[in-house]
Amino acid sequence: MTQYLLSVVTPSGGTGEHVQPPPEELEPIMARVAQLRSDMQEAGVWVFAGGLEAPSTATVLRPSGDDVLLVDGPFAEGKEYLGGFTVVDVPDLDDALDWGRRTVAAIGLPIEVRPFSW
Amino acid sequence: MSPLEEVFREVHGRAVAVLTRQLGDLDLAEEAVAEAYATAAATWPERGVPPSPAGWVITTARNRAVDRLRREAVGTAKLAELARLTAEPEVVEVGAVRDDQLRLLFTCCHPALAPEARVALTLRMVGGLTTAEIARGFLVPEPTMAARITRAKHKIARARIPYRVPSEADLPQRLASALAVVHLVGTEAHSPATGDLGVRDDLTADAVRLARLLVELVPGEPECRGLLALLLLTASRRPARVDDAGALVPLDRQDRSRWDRALVAEGQALVRACLRTGRPGPYQVQAAIAAVHADAPTWASTDWSQVVALYDQLPPTPVVLLNRAVAVAELDGPSVGLALVDRLDLDASPVLHAVRAGLLRRLDRVEDARAAYDAALARTRNTAEQADLRRRRAALS
Repeated sequence: MTQYLLSVVTPSGGTGEHVQPPPEELEPIMARVAQLRSDMQEAGVWVFAGGLEAPSTATVLRPSGDDVLLVDGPFAEGKEYLGGFTVVDVPDLDDALDWGRRTVAAIGLPIEVRPFSW
Repeated sequence: MSPLEEVFREVHGRAVAVLTRQLGDLDLAEEAVAEAYATAAATWPERGVPPSPAGWVITTARNRAVDRLRREAVGTAKLAELARLTAEPEVVEVGAVRDDQLRLLFTCCHPALAPEARVALTLRMVGGLTTAEIARGFLVPEPTMAARITRAKHKIARARIPYRVPSEADLPQRLASALAVVHLVGTEAHSPATGDLGVRDDLTADAVRLARLLVELVPGEPECRGLLALLLLTASRRPARVDDAGALVPLDRQDRSRWDRALVAEGQALVRACLRTGRPGPYQVQAAIAAVHADAPTWASTDWSQVVALYDQLPPTPVVLLNRAVAVAELDGPSVGLALVDRLDLDASPVLHAVRAGLLRRLDRVEDARAAYDAALARTRNTAEQADLRRRRAALS
């Protein structure tokens, strides 16, 4: 079995804040996500999942000699950011891609599928 | 190619396919097969080629892999591989080999790999070409091609692309990917985007060989036969496709008596078999169009209404619509064809501008035709194509 990270590639509005769909769209999305999660648990592949707060809430720690510097904000401003993720434990990439496909269907955003190396 | 190299190429796909399953590692399988070749190259010239070269290569490669795993057997994973390997029976049945070849093919053509990586990997693993040969065929430096293949192999291993025949539900989509890979090899052979060769005969032969393998491995899918027919009918025009000066000769001006009749006959027989099956698909339709051309003794006597009807069955991509417009121009005149061409969003294509130029010439719009040839010339790096365009431009007067 291999663990795969399914990352939700979330488009950035450039403000560091979430660009959230209106509540009437968000609600069915959250319902589908909850359903998918219980499907994953039932299939015995679900390891861990979470949605993240907006990039503006991030703090970056940088090595600085023997010291550590704190920087307010995300590591890098990008066109996309990691909005959330699920870790699944499945036999191979085809299974991971199947769950990834279902995640796309639930959320409507691109999903990056990447194997863990350890 | 030496006779020995030909044998290696012939057995490569089968040997790598069987060993990848047994070893659970594509890289290891490939290296073991390469070692077996080295042994063969040293011994066969003296002792002669064994009765079953593929069996010999597989057995020798497996022994090499076992030796190597024994030497390196420090981790439990390697020991597990070794256990699996020694438990494997010596004799491999034909049906099992076929399944292994399918596994290898579908792994190399996996949609999680970039299209150019699929093509390179398929030619390397299934087709048995060397990295240098593939690099030459696709006009990229050898280190670039080597890196592309290595990267693809690493992704297969690390992301765990499974070594198996796709499920019934996934098969159509996965087969489409494999067909597209083989078609791409054939397309690149027939009209390379760059370079000074009008036709690349080696790649054509490789594409045909891979298509034959697909027909053999997936006999129930008419699109495999359709692709093979398309490649054969395209290849049949090869003797007429480049003139003595090295310029490309377009279909309308080819000397059809030079077409390879044996390839035409095989291609047409396949098209007829597809028609009888009654489950058409894009490759079969394209092959049928090529068969209509092969039926006609001259460009002028082509059954254009049949060609248009067949193009209407294909997904209306800009390239399909362009070819359809050419046929419509023959049927309904150049101004009707031109109106269709001018509707297409295909400005980057040299073919579009060359077609426009030909239609404008027939409408006696010489200046416009000249400008269209210039546009076509500016968009191709293929010197054989450029030679043809310059000649047609000069003939405008």
